[in-house]
Amino acid sequence: MSPRDIRCEEVIEQLFDYLDRELDEEMQHRIERHIEHCRDCFTRAEFEKRLRRRLGETSRVAAPESLHRRLREVMESF
Amino acid sequence: MPATDSHRSRSVAEQRRFFAREVERLTDRLYGTALRLTRDPDEAQDVVAEAVAKAWSRLDELRDRAQFEGWLFRILNNTFISLLRRRRCRQDRETGLETEGEEQPVTGFSLFEQLHQPFLLWWGTPQDQVLDSLLLDDIERALDDLPEPYRLVVVLVEVQGYSYREVSEMLALPLGTIRSRLSRARSQLQAALWECAQDAGLVYGPCPTNHGGGE
Repeated sequence: MSPRDIRCEEVIEQLFDYLDRELDEEMQHRIERHIEHCRDCFTRAEFEKRLRRRLGETSRVAAPESLHRRLREVMESF
Repeated sequence: MPATDSHRSRSVAEQRRFFAREVERLTDRLYGTALRLTRDPDEAQDVVAEAVAKAWSRLDELRDRAQFEGWLFRILNNTFISLLRRRRCRQDRETGLETEGEEQPVTGFSLFEQLHQPFLLWWGTPQDQVLDSLLLDDIERALDDLPEPYRLVVVLVEVQGYSYREVSEMLALPLGTIRSRLSRARSQLQAALWECAQDAGLVYGPCPTNHGGGE
């Protein structure tokens, strides 16, 4: 299968489905192969992955001590 | 808690130790996720505490301890979704778990396309530099400013990694609605980040929000 059997426009159109692993196995593989060989699409995919990582950082916070205390109390009541 | 087949061999004390250990390990992540969902530190604590209490009362439903983390986060998400529904009933206003007219196609905004412009490329890879230069506060604000239904799908899919089908089941909404919301959410989020990058002086490009207009 040639990496060029799918056009860049089609890859970009389905890029989020690809990143979310929502495509069927064959399409997932076709896009993966394309991205491995196409610098433009690779750059775009890496950007979206980087943005996703930054979004993920927003949920990495330390819980306040008051919550730890509260959970201990909740669990002691079990 | 009543013993079941899967847990009969384990004492309540041992289950309590396991549960407490796992909850302690996951507390930061539970809180962080709840904070993104609720946008409110106090409400986030309430959601986590309620989810933990529910999880204990349903521990006999957990067949495999290796699945505890995913199981607990699902309870956390469902606790928040129930809270939204209760709030919607009480306040009789649209909190956005079900809205109409979302099936129309979206004209997406792409941050990458804004940043990956020939006039910016002399700079190297401006799109990556801009992303790295945005403060966590900027990204949090862009996410928190999304309308509730959009923020919810982004947090579930992009932050937590659920599949579209799982989100569709959690929210009791059609798959097409989830796709459409995600698409709109990403577009709005990226537009907000673009504005933020401009406001912070990270990028100078044509945009109506740009100050002045003489340059």
